[in-house]
Amino acid sequence: VSTREAKVLGIIETARSKRPKFRDERITMAHGAGGKATSSLIEGLLVPAFASPALDALGDAAAVTVAGAPLALTTDSFVVKPIRFPGGSIGELAVNGTVNDLAMGGARPVALTLSLILEEGLPADVLREEVEAVARAAATAEVAIVAGDTKVVERGHADQMYVCTTGLGHVDGRAALSPGTLRPGDRLLVSGPVGAHGTAIMLARGEFELDATIVSDTRSLWPAVDALLEHAGAGLRCLRDATRGGVASVLNELARASGVAMLVKESEVPVDPAVAGAAELLGIDPMHVANEGVFVVAVAPECAGAALAALREVAGAERAAEIGEVHTSPTGMVLVETAFGGRRVMDQLVGDPLPRIC
Amino acid sequence: VKYVDEFRDAALGRTLAAEILGAVEPGRHLKIMEVCGGHTHSIYKYGVDDLLPTNVELVHGPGCPVCVIPMGRVDDGIAIAREPGVILTCFGDMMRVPGSDGTLLEAKAEGADVRMVYSPLDALRIAKSEPDREVVFFAIGFETTAPSTALTLKRAKAEGITNFSCFCNHVTIVPPLRALLDSPDLRLDGFIGPGHVSTVVGARPLEFIPADYGKPVVVSGFEPVDILQSVLMILRQLGEGRCEVENQYKRVVPYEGNLRALEIMAEVFALRPHFEWRGLGFISHSGLRLSDAYADLDAERRFAVPGVRVADPKACQCGEVLKGVIKPYECKVFGSACTPERPIGTCMVSSEGACAAYYNYGRFAREREVV
Repeated sequence: VSTREAKVLGIIETARSKRPKFRDERITMAHGAGGKATSSLIEGLLVPAFASPALDALGDAAAVTVAGAPLALTTDSFVVKPIRFPGGSIGELAVNGTVNDLAMGGARPVALTLSLILEEGLPADVLREEVEAVARAAATAEVAIVAGDTKVVERGHADQMYVCTTGLGHVDGRAALSPGTLRPGDRLLVSGPVGAHGTAIMLARGEFELDATIVSDTRSLWPAVDALLEHAGAGLRCLRDATRGGVASVLNELARASGVAMLVKESEVPVDPAVAGAAELLGIDPMHVANEGVFVVAVAPECAGAALAALREVAGAERAAEIGEVHTSPTGMVLVETAFGGRRVMDQLVGDPLPRIC
Repeated sequence: VKYVDEFRDAALGRTLAAEILGAVEPGRHLKIMEVCGGHTHSIYKYGVDDLLPTNVELVHGPGCPVCVIPMGRVDDGIAIAREPGVILTCFGDMMRVPGSDGTLLEAKAEGADVRMVYSPLDALRIAKSEPDREVVFFAIGFETTAPSTALTLKRAKAEGITNFSCFCNHVTIVPPLRALLDSPDLRLDGFIGPGHVSTVVGARPLEFIPADYGKPVVVSGFEPVDILQSVLMILRQLGEGRCEVENQYKRVVPYEGNLRALEIMAEVFALRPHFEWRGLGFISHSGLRLSDAYADLDAERRFAVPGVRVADPKACQCGEVLKGVIKPYECKVFGSACTPERPIGTCMVSSEGACAAYYNYGRFAREREVV
C-alpha cells in the first residue's frame, strides 16, 4: 500500500466512523432499503430529534423499565408488494417481524397491537385472509393481539393494504445482550440459510422470467432465541434480525458499534442453491438480501459450540452455521475471505435493489 | 451453482497462481489492462489480486457502460423523463448517475415516472400494457447489450407498437481502445480482452492491438479462474516473445462472433460521426444511433432533448480512471467528496466502475494481516 492509498483509506474510515448526516432534498426509495441511505435518515434526522437514550442504542427493540420490570418495546410497518408470496403474506410478516425484533432484545413476546391502513376497493376476502394470517401467526408465536386501529384511504393512495404492529415483550432474565460488547475472538453465527425472503418476493413480483421454488423464511424466532439463552446465555453478546440490508448490514452495524473488525468465511455461509442461482443471475449478493426468519448471533468463543448445537435443535434453524470471527483490525470493517481464496470488504448496500420487501 | 462454481474453485486458483509466479520475470513490473468493467468487478469481488505476485499489476480499463455516459446525455434522459405522459425505463445503475442537475432517481422522487428494467424487452412489455403512455428505453452499453436493444426495436416495429422509443447511447469498444493505445501517458504490457463484447463481435476486431501496437490480448471469461488463466496466457506470450489475440473464453466466444447479432445490429443501428465519452471527450465513429429505417422509434427525434454538452465537474477524474492512468484512490475526490452514497463521477456509481469496485470491495490494506 502506497502512502497515498493509506492516507485515502484513513480519510474514508474517519468519515465512515462519524454519524451519517441527512442531507437529501427528497426521500427516495433508497431511504427505505435498509442500507446507507436508511442509516442517514435514522441517525441523521430521527435519533438526534428525540434525544432518547433507549433510542440511541439502535437495537431491534428498545429496553424500557417500568416499575422494575424489564420490558422490550418495538414497532414496525409492513408495505410488502405483493401482499401474498410463496411462504407467507403481509399478515404473517407483520406478526413475525415485530415478534422477532422483541426476540432480538432477548424478550419473550407478550402482546401486539395491530394497525391497518386499507385502500378503498380492497376485496373483503383479501382482508379476511390476512386477518386470519395474523391470527394464525400470533397463535404460533404465542402472542396476543391486544389493541388495534383501522384507517381507509382513497383508491390509489395506498397499495391494497399496509399493516403496522407494535410489540411488547418481557426481557428474559438469562439475557445480557448489547451490540457494543463484541470483542476479538467472538464467533459469528447465522441461524439458517440466507437470502430466501427477499429472493422469494422478487420472484413473486413476476418481473423476471425466472421459475424457481423459493419460499420466504418468515417465522417467529423466539423459540431459537429461547434455546440460545438456555444453552449459551452467559456467552451471548448480541442478536440481530437480518432483515432489510441482509446479513451484511447487520455485521457492519455491529462492527462499528463495537469498534471491531470481522472476518467472514464465504464458503461457510449457508445459501440454498435456488437462492444462490437467482442471486447470481440478478447480480446480487445473498448477504445483502432481506431475511424474515434468520438472525445473526455474536457469541463468546467458549460458548459457540453450545450455541450452534442449541440452534440446530430448533425447527427452522437446523442449518445454523458459524460464518466468521471477530478481530481487532481493520476497525469497524467486515472482510470476507471469498470461496476463491481472496479477500474483500463487505459493506452495507448503497442502492436499492428491492424496494418494499417487508 | 453449476457451470459457475468450477470457475471459482480455490484449488484451481492456487495452481494457476503458482504457475503465474513461475512465468513472471522477476524484477520486471508488468501492467495488464482488463478492458471490461465486468472483469474489474470480478477482480475485486473475489480478491483476485491476493493471488497475484506484486509485480503483476492489473489496470482497469474503459469497458464500463454506465461509466462512459457523459453528463449531457444524463440530462437529456432526465428531460425525456419529465415530458408529460412518458415512462422512462433504464437499467438500475443508470438511475444514480448524476447529471448537471440531479439524477434520474431524484427526478423520480420529484414525480417523473422512471422505472428500472432488467432488459429492453421489459420496457417493450410496459409499452404494450400501458398503451396510453409513451415508453422510452434509455439504452446504454457496448456491443454486448446492443443486440438485445436491436431485437427489441425489431419486435416493436413488427408488432406495430407506436408508443415505444429508444434513447440510444450504445457505443463500440474498438475506438476507445485505439484512443487509449494512442495516448502517450500509459504504458501497458498486455490486455485482458472483453469477453462479453467478443461473444458478439468475435475476437477478430481485436487483432489491431497486436498488429498495430505490439501488445498481446487474451479474450477472457469473467470468473476468477478465467482471469487468472488469462493473466498466465499473457505472461506466456510475453515470455515466449509471442504477440497475438488468444481466446481463453472459447466456451462462449467464437472467433468470428455472432453473425446473426451483427446482422441485426447493422439493420437497426448506424454509426454516429462522433460521440462524447465521459472524461474521454469526443471519439469518432464510436457511438450508435438508430438507423434511418428505425428513425420513427428514435426518442431523440420524438422528443425535444436539450442535447447540450456539459463539462464534467472540475474535480472529477473519471477520464483518467477510465484510461487506467490513475488508480481510483489517486483521484482527488475519491472517498471524500465522491462516495457511492454521493457520487460525483460515473466510475463511483456503476458496480462495474473501478472506483465503486475498489471502494466497495477493495478498500483495505491487502498486505496488512487481519488480526
